[in-house]
Amino acid sequence: MNGTGADAMETEERKPKKEKVPRQAMPEQDPAVRVRNFEEVPLGFSEETAVAEANRCIQCKKPGCIAGCPVEVRIPEFIHAIAERRFLEAARILKETNSLPAVCGRVCPQEEQCEQVCILGKKGDPVAIGRLERFAADYERMSGETSVPAPAPSNGKKIAVVGAGPSGLTIAGDLVKLGYEVTVFEGLHRAGGVLVYGIPEFRLPKAIVEAEVDYLQRLGVKIETNAVIGRIATVDDLFAEGFSAVYIAVGAGAPVFMNIPGENLSGIYSANEYLTRSNLMKAYLFPEYDTPIVRGRNVAVIGGGNVAMDSVRTALRLGAENAYILYRRTEVEMPARKEEVHHAREEGVQFRLLTNPVAYIGNREGWVMGVRCIRMELGEPDDSGRRSPVPVPGSEFVIDVDTVVVAVGTMANPIVPATTPGLETNRRGYIITRGESGETTRPGVFAGGDIVTGSATVILAMGAGKQAARAIHAYLSAG
Amino acid sequence: MNRIVEKTDLSENVVRMVLEAPAIARKRKAGQFVVLIMDEKGERIPLTIVDSDPGQGTITIIFQVVGKTTSAMSAMKAGDAFRDVQGPLGNPTDIHRVGQVVCIGGGVGVGVVYPLAAALKQAGNRVISIIGARTKALLILEEEMKGVSDRLIVATDDGSYGFHGFVSTVLQDLIDAGERIDEVFAIGPVPMMKVIADLTRPHGIRTIVSLNPIMVDATGMCGACRVSVGGKTKFTCVDGPEFDGHQVDFDLLASRLRMYREQEGAAYERHRCGCHGN
Repeated sequence: MNGTGADAMETEERKPKKEKVPRQAMPEQDPAVRVRNFEEVPLGFSEETAVAEANRCIQCKKPGCIAGCPVEVRIPEFIHAIAERRFLEAARILKETNSLPAVCGRVCPQEEQCEQVCILGKKGDPVAIGRLERFAADYERMSGETSVPAPAPSNGKKIAVVGAGPSGLTIAGDLVKLGYEVTVFEGLHRAGGVLVYGIPEFRLPKAIVEAEVDYLQRLGVKIETNAVIGRIATVDDLFAEGFSAVYIAVGAGAPVFMNIPGENLSGIYSANEYLTRSNLMKAYLFPEYDTPIVRGRNVAVIGGGNVAMDSVRTALRLGAENAYILYRRTEVEMPARKEEVHHAREEGVQFRLLTNPVAYIGNREGWVMGVRCIRMELGEPDDSGRRSPVPVPGSEFVIDVDTVVVAVGTMANPIVPATTPGLETNRRGYIITRGESGETTRPGVFAGGDIVTGSATVILAMGAGKQAARAIHAYLSAG
Repeated sequence: MNRIVEKTDLSENVVRMVLEAPAIARKRKAGQFVVLIMDEKGERIPLTIVDSDPGQGTITIIFQVVGKTTSAMSAMKAGDAFRDVQGPLGNPTDIHRVGQVVCIGGGVGVGVVYPLAAALKQAGNRVISIIGARTKALLILEEEMKGVSDRLIVATDDGSYGFHGFVSTVLQDLIDAGERIDEVFAIGPVPMMKVIADLTRPHGIRTIVSLNPIMVDATGMCGACRVSVGGKTKFTCVDGPEFDGHQVDFDLLASRLRMYREQEGAAYERHRCGCHGN
């Protein structure tokens, strides 16, 4: 007999009197209030709610959820600890495999990962694994009793990690636990990558990222900020300085523009610039903070991914009267998380679907005043099965805007590949690796995260870091 | 933290600072820049590395007081420190031996052209330098420029010192006099660079300009510094900062530089009146 369905049956038989507890809802800030602030939208579980939710987990003998998690969190174990109110213990279990649990609990698309394979999801709602992870990590941070494991005995080997985003931070944590001396080189002035410059405060408070980075430093990870590898030192320089292996995790941070007329007019941002100003530089607090940002009245955000949702919700919080999403397909094809689209709609974002910009119109000052769009319709499914949008001839129209954010994707930043001889990239500039190990064409150099896969998710980048940690350990142990 | 080793006022509004930054000092080449952050709430501002001393582990920057951040920076003293200095950034200048080059610097741009002139001279070129300012009191680095040039011509807009007129007029005179010019480097305010590029274009004299658009990260991840060169969008921080002056859309650069004029004005005003409360 296939075990999966049987586990559920067994449990119900074991506790026949127990009433079925529904998946616990998480309280959220009211849309009318939150749209005027940058505070976190979901407020988190209380202890009681967390325990109630944890008790929904049936503690499967063959849990599918662990395999659904790219960093292999021991999910039933940490949930069991919450059910027994051993909250600090739950956090400790999480941190054994996941260096950034408070982040993952917030930004992972659990509906496509651990929660998708939760057995309870077959008949009803899956266990709220992400919310429980968030609860345990937040509980530990707020308790001020963050446990740091005893330092691993040093094995005398130094490893350089290029990029302090989710992938780099994960591998750094894992390698330090194996006794390596790890230095992470970060180009910006703060560690965290997309967690600090990309994802807004209202989805991921920066204090939480800081706390998790701080935890890694207490584990023994060294972080050097303001260090752009390829400029201040090349990968070759790092080997010359005595590093035994280098992990490249610089992400896919270069913005893509559409190359349509008028795209360089004032008032038109890449999503990376808009979000970096707001999140990393705290421009929403200008003039208390020195970095300015344009507070547009009519803001159009081009794109349908999470970055587009983050941008458009930022625009509303900066005071936009009209904030539009212009997307060339329909809502069904939107790559953004359902939850984010839902939040955006609740907050008053106006969706203009099957709409594609073709040009921007500027005023005499060189400032954008309109975006010329064309209506699209969905054609036949292409090779990937997605129906591609086709322009409807003669359907052009103009939307009045004073600010535009282009969120149509990112691509590889060439600085590291261009300065590392022997490191092969594909024709789109992403680093070529062998399988899951992250091994590149250059011995001793490994790579993972978005610089290998193109823009993906935080958790996949972390998973790549975890795999590469094993591969680097194997490579250096064999040598 | 990067400590200020030495601070000098070069003119009424122009300040030179020598900063502790050993790793940058070792690696830096002419034409490259740094991004500085003054303090926790500070913005990121790009500044050219004017000079470096790998032995002392220092770099030199020069800036003009134009707004809140530069004004606050000008109040810093030796011993104070910047929260962050990131660099070296941008591509080094393509320094090679071409023959006779003309290096033109306007205003605080003299600080940017100085390391280029020095490197060009060292590469075996004959260097004619033309430096200018609005008035004598604003002229900077005359002695330094003299030291790296075979010939130095100074111009002031109001005629208070040297040639009475613009640096572009001096260049025009050189061209008219039949002086052999193999390459021109022009760095200064956007209108100045535009005029120089227009002037050399009909003569087919290769003209390199160093652009100064708004920047945020300066590592190629945001496109704030995008400019149009030969009809193509380029990111100044990774593709530049130097470009072929004959290909640059200077009007676009000028209009994008005005993007935050209002907010910059308000921040500066608030800073000057000292009303830091809400």
